[in-house]
Amino acid sequence: MNLFCVGLSHHTANVQTRERFAGSAGAEHTLRTAGCAEALVLATCNRVEVYGASEKRVSTDEIAQSLLQSSEVGDGGHTSGLPFYRYEAEKCVQHLFRVASGLDSMVVGETEILGQTKKAYQSARASGAVGPCLHRLFQRAFRVAKQVRTRTEITRGSVSVGSVAVDLAQKIFGELGNCKVLVLGAGETSERTARALISRGVNDLRVSNRSNDRGQELAQRVGGQAVQFDKWPQQCREIDILITSTSSETPLLTPTNLEPMLANRVDRPLFIIDIAVPRDVDPAVNEMEGVYLYDIDALRSVAEQSLAVRRQQIASAEAIIAEHVADFLEKVSSELNRVSRITGHPPVADSSLHASQL
Amino acid sequence: MDRYLLIISTICFLAAVVRTAIALRAGVFRPGRFNFLAIGLGFLFQTAFMSIRGHALGRCPLTNLFEVFIFLAWSVALIYMLVGPAYRLSLMGAFTAPLVVLLQGLALIAPIDVRHPVKVPANSSLEFHASVSLVAYGAFALACIAGVMYLVQDRQLKTHQLRSIFYHLPPLTDLFAAIIRLLWLGFILYTAGIASGFFTGQPLPRVQVVAAIAVWLLYAAILQGRYFRRIAPKRVAALCIIGFSAALTLLWGITFSAQTHSVP
Repeated sequence: MNLFCVGLSHHTANVQTRERFAGSAGAEHTLRTAGCAEALVLATCNRVEVYGASEKRVSTDEIAQSLLQSSEVGDGGHTSGLPFYRYEAEKCVQHLFRVASGLDSMVVGETEILGQTKKAYQSARASGAVGPCLHRLFQRAFRVAKQVRTRTEITRGSVSVGSVAVDLAQKIFGELGNCKVLVLGAGETSERTARALISRGVNDLRVSNRSNDRGQELAQRVGGQAVQFDKWPQQCREIDILITSTSSETPLLTPTNLEPMLANRVDRPLFIIDIAVPRDVDPAVNEMEGVYLYDIDALRSVAEQSLAVRRQQIASAEAIIAEHVADFLEKVSSELNRVSRITGHPPVADSSLHASQL
Repeated sequence: MDRYLLIISTICFLAAVVRTAIALRAGVFRPGRFNFLAIGLGFLFQTAFMSIRGHALGRCPLTNLFEVFIFLAWSVALIYMLVGPAYRLSLMGAFTAPLVVLLQGLALIAPIDVRHPVKVPANSSLEFHASVSLVAYGAFALACIAGVMYLVQDRQLKTHQLRSIFYHLPPLTDLFAAIIRLLWLGFILYTAGIASGFFTGQPLPRVQVVAAIAVWLLYAAILQGRYFRRIAPKRVAALCIIGFSAALTLLWGITFSAQTHSVP
């Protein structure tokens, strides 16, 4: 049985090429007709990959054609010249383990890919396209991904500005359900950050904008409450998180005007996310007790720190993967030898454990 | 024989310290079961030591500075085992183990395990007074450790330099709630300890009474400041560290003065 992986990803293909294969997740049936004994399609926004096992070699072109036929676009165009890669046997095992662990992702260490891989596996299994070969391979891949996540810091921290802000809010307040949030300025970034906070449990969200109409629109969109712009300073006495992104030329918050607002809230920290350029909050505010100020550069710097740590962890993750690849191949090999002893067929030599034996 | 148990216990705690230090150095600190197991094992050996020593003495092993230090280290480990699970157990262990190693190491190295020339008679109310007061010290020690954790996190948040350990610390507000609960626990136990000291039926040395009341006043002031003067959480965390350092110094004084008395 040949074990292989054919696909294209953000490494090899641009989004125009990748979107031609959108919706090809259900191509397993076509692939089986093309000669694959087992097939699984992993289709995400960054990659389209086919993992298959077949008695005879199925060409890359045949697989690409099967994918195109099943895609939503269904353009049925030429597949020649498309930047498909192909991994066989050991390389295929290694590639899947790297993909599931997030090492091959655009953002190294992201964990969404593991969920997508599991979903693809479940879907293929439900349709009967996964047999013992792929089942075993994918089960091991999930184990490897879990081990990489727990033994290394590859998933540490957040790597986007929005998620850094939300993570920090959780580090300060724990549960966000009781947090009161004020969004100052109805910009796109502040809306994204507000939405991210809502997704983590924030219930009380207030929006204040110079143009009251826009403020109300945003409040409606995110399920918050609009506040008149001249009333926002009073809100600072109550809120826990302030997201500010106004187009003000001068700082709206300085230690002098913030101090009286903090007088009765000594126990509760205030987390300020200043995503405005020029900044809405005087940097000296960060020196005040219980106030944590993060401007866009600070958020980016935290994201970069996390990314740097993730990159440092790649070597450790690769070592875990290499260990598992060797172990997986060895186990498959010894099993094949055991079967061959029982059936009387010639045993498989360790060194010859490649595509055909798998 | 009992000293060997104590050495093994110290090695267990030291293992937790070394593991944490290596992980932090490598920048890959991850809370795991190792610290909890190492501290749990160390706690068992501590308990075995105190049991043997107690049987030999025929009373609670609090007859000299050495035993006081060990009892204090045991109290710290006990409170950690009780409150640790609620506040990211293994990470608090990472901060607790160094304190226990310091206390036990000091007790083992310094020539302070001096046996009384005459056997100290058992006195249950006096033993209750001393042991409850030391368990209260254990709670104050944990409040101090939580204070260190708070300040570490506050510093990293302020400077925007988030190290590996930051991602494993409990949220600031949870940590502060833990500090306050530990302060209250320690304060209530300590009040009970001091109050019971007046019902031992023995005259109390003035130095001991003054030192004990000074520690009580210190923690009463922190709690009073917290509730009536609205001291900021960061200052409460810093005061927990200062308070415990002062209390430890006074404990030394109390115990020294008690060497001339029948019990510490």
